[in-house]
Amino acid sequence: MNEKKERMIFDVTYQPQVRTVRDTQRIMLDVIIATLPIVGFGVYRYGWHALLLVVSSMAAAVFFEWAYRRLLKKSITIDDLSAAVTGLLLVMVLPPQTPVWMAVIGDFFAIVIVKQLYGGIGKNFLNPALAGRAFLTASYSGVLTVVVIDGVTSATPLGYLYGDAPMPFTLAQSFFGAIPGSIGEISSFAILAGAAYLIARKVIRWRIPASVIGTVFVLSFLGGHAGYSRFEWALQNVCAGGVMFTGIFMATDYSTSPVTINGQIIYGIGIGALTMLIRYFGGYAEGCSYAILIMNLTTWALDKLCHRRQFGVSRKDFYLSKKAKKNKEAVS
Amino acid sequence: MAFKFKGGVHPDYRKHPEIPVTVIAPPQQVVIPMAQHIGAPCTPLVKKGDHVNMYQKIGENSAPVSAPVHASVSGTVVAVEPRPHPLGDMVMSVVIENDGLDTPELLPPLTEDQLKDPLSILQRIREAGVVGMGGAMFPTAFKISSGIGKVDTLIINGAECEPYINGDHLTMRYHPDELLKGIELARIAQGVNKVYYGIEKNKQDAIDLLNAHGAKEMGIIIEPESTLYPQGGEKMQIKAMTNREVKPGGLPAGVGCCVISTRTAYAIYQACYEGKSVIERIVTVDGSAIKLPVNAVIRVGTSFGYIAEQCGGFVRTPRKIVLGGPMMGICATTLDAVTVKGTAGVLFFTEDEDRTVEEPTCIRCGKCINVCPMRLEPTYMYQYYKKRDFEMLEKYHVTDCIECGSCTFRCPARMPLTHAFKTAKLMIQAKNAKEKAKAEAAKKEAGK
Repeated sequence: MNEKKERMIFDVTYQPQVRTVRDTQRIMLDVIIATLPIVGFGVYRYGWHALLLVVSSMAAAVFFEWAYRRLLKKSITIDDLSAAVTGLLLVMVLPPQTPVWMAVIGDFFAIVIVKQLYGGIGKNFLNPALAGRAFLTASYSGVLTVVVIDGVTSATPLGYLYGDAPMPFTLAQSFFGAIPGSIGEISSFAILAGAAYLIARKVIRWRIPASVIGTVFVLSFLGGHAGYSRFEWALQNVCAGGVMFTGIFMATDYSTSPVTINGQIIYGIGIGALTMLIRYFGGYAEGCSYAILIMNLTTWALDKLCHRRQFGVSRKDFYLSKKAKKNKEAVS
Repeated sequence: MAFKFKGGVHPDYRKHPEIPVTVIAPPQQVVIPMAQHIGAPCTPLVKKGDHVNMYQKIGENSAPVSAPVHASVSGTVVAVEPRPHPLGDMVMSVVIENDGLDTPELLPPLTEDQLKDPLSILQRIREAGVVGMGGAMFPTAFKISSGIGKVDTLIINGAECEPYINGDHLTMRYHPDELLKGIELARIAQGVNKVYYGIEKNKQDAIDLLNAHGAKEMGIIIEPESTLYPQGGEKMQIKAMTNREVKPGGLPAGVGCCVISTRTAYAIYQACYEGKSVIERIVTVDGSAIKLPVNAVIRVGTSFGYIAEQCGGFVRTPRKIVLGGPMMGICATTLDAVTVKGTAGVLFFTEDEDRTVEEPTCIRCGKCINVCPMRLEPTYMYQYYKKRDFEMLEKYHVTDCIECGSCTFRCPARMPLTHAFKTAKLMIQAKNAKEKAKAEAAKKEAGK
């Protein structure tokens, strides 16, 4: 009867009308996938307790994020998986004998204090997992500064490197993971496999990991150590400690690293340099997690300093305009 | 070898150049908007009841930045009134009842001598209403004539980097000789010797075909360039062909280049050799809502509703009508709006193509910075936009944004970046205009 067609209503949006399928959730899932070889190796080395730690820490991190946002009546963001990644990365840098309850406390600190109190994903200025680890190490230093395997306490390879006793592990052992250490740090081989996946999927860029690891290598090569050839010493410094894992998985944390390209390189070099400074002169054999926490604080400043030369501006014009700006500031 | 620009994205292309070009018969009624170009809109030359022929001029404006419009069918004018324009507004339009005869009224083809004379070619380009058919619809005659003397390189844009769209590719494939002749005419009109033709590598068959038809002998250097969005952007195309970078706020003529699109070159050929004005073009109709995706020759002034009907109707309820490619295309609000000279595609999208989220939250991944072809910092620009801090926005060069949408496409958090920058640019423009007016008023006051 009624021949008049119903008028169709259309959405009007601004361009682009299409978007990539790779959203935040997919990126976080990629990070989890990249850690699979590392987790697998950790479980192989340390047994089921390692797996229990990983699973319970991830669950606890997700729970804390959910509970916090629920209590404060904010939108629930657990399906972006970033909380799960934080929980996962936290246990990767803890020694294998860590009790589950301790990891859960670390999760609480990482998720609630470090991440959510500052507004959640993208707004925290410290790496949540590393801050959680720093909190735990400060609180339970007796338990967490050693590595216990099958009830036997062993010194970490870095303890040997910077201590008096000779290093009992060969380079190959360090690289493939036949050394005591935190769950995620032991096998450089597995870490590199994960890194290859992340870079292939364009989740991370090469700049930060390469500058972190490169700086550690170069500085330890230049510094050297009695009783080691320079080359061996430098490679041991890269493979035996946490540089490989933290350089690839922690230093590249989106929220807490610079987004500008030169900023990323300076940031990476800073982490490498601080790590070596702590290792050589500090009272603590492992320096890279603190190096990252310190460099986290410089992120905003680095981004401000490292503007790119935009399209159409010649190198000369770019430096002239920078200079002019400086002069102007000096005058005022 | 073509030069490379930094950044860019690889959208899902979904091009179907294998679908042969069909013709969608003109509808019973066409609506010809008087504004089919950037610049001064035309004044209708006909009134209700007049009989018009196909190709007949029905709207004109003598301003330099303008282009006349022509009837795309023959028939009777039934109304001269504002009608919905694809850009959203109501625009004065001439509505023609189609008599189905397509009685042509061609301009006389240019003579041998005229084909070698820049002025008569330019005049014909203007007369035939040729505009930039890549989408921007800038009057071609003005573009070429304003660059004479400054321009030493003519660049033909055959990148067609937008997903879905095939018009340029198919023009190369179906009309290689005509296209090359059109390029030759543009070269004569511009008065230059160097002609580059940038074509993306995903159209290798077209590159080979054009070379086989003697592009090299005519002095047209075809440069295959990497398949990367926004390769077809004017500035990116100039960079790719000549390694020159257009200065911020500058024009292509400032670096001695003039870029015209493939379809425009073909339109120039038609205008000069056949005396045909621009009344039709190849339009790609696609999207998940449409039943039969086509590449079809469609007359200017055909309504989207009619096009959808001719393509088998909708299989699902469309949520959006996108004009042009999905990266830079804008949305039409109604099925009554019509195609214009610059409409390279009509895409009917459903919620499948929609990937917006309710509460976008930046995760500072920095991907927007990596993909920005203008080497800007979208993530920070967005934060300053949120605070309406225009001083900082200008410091971050938001005015250089070409609105290609690469950052927004790549953003995993689904931030509405391009939208924000577009708004910011308009606000800065308005602010500057206001300040200028104020300063002038103050000057006047002081003069008294």
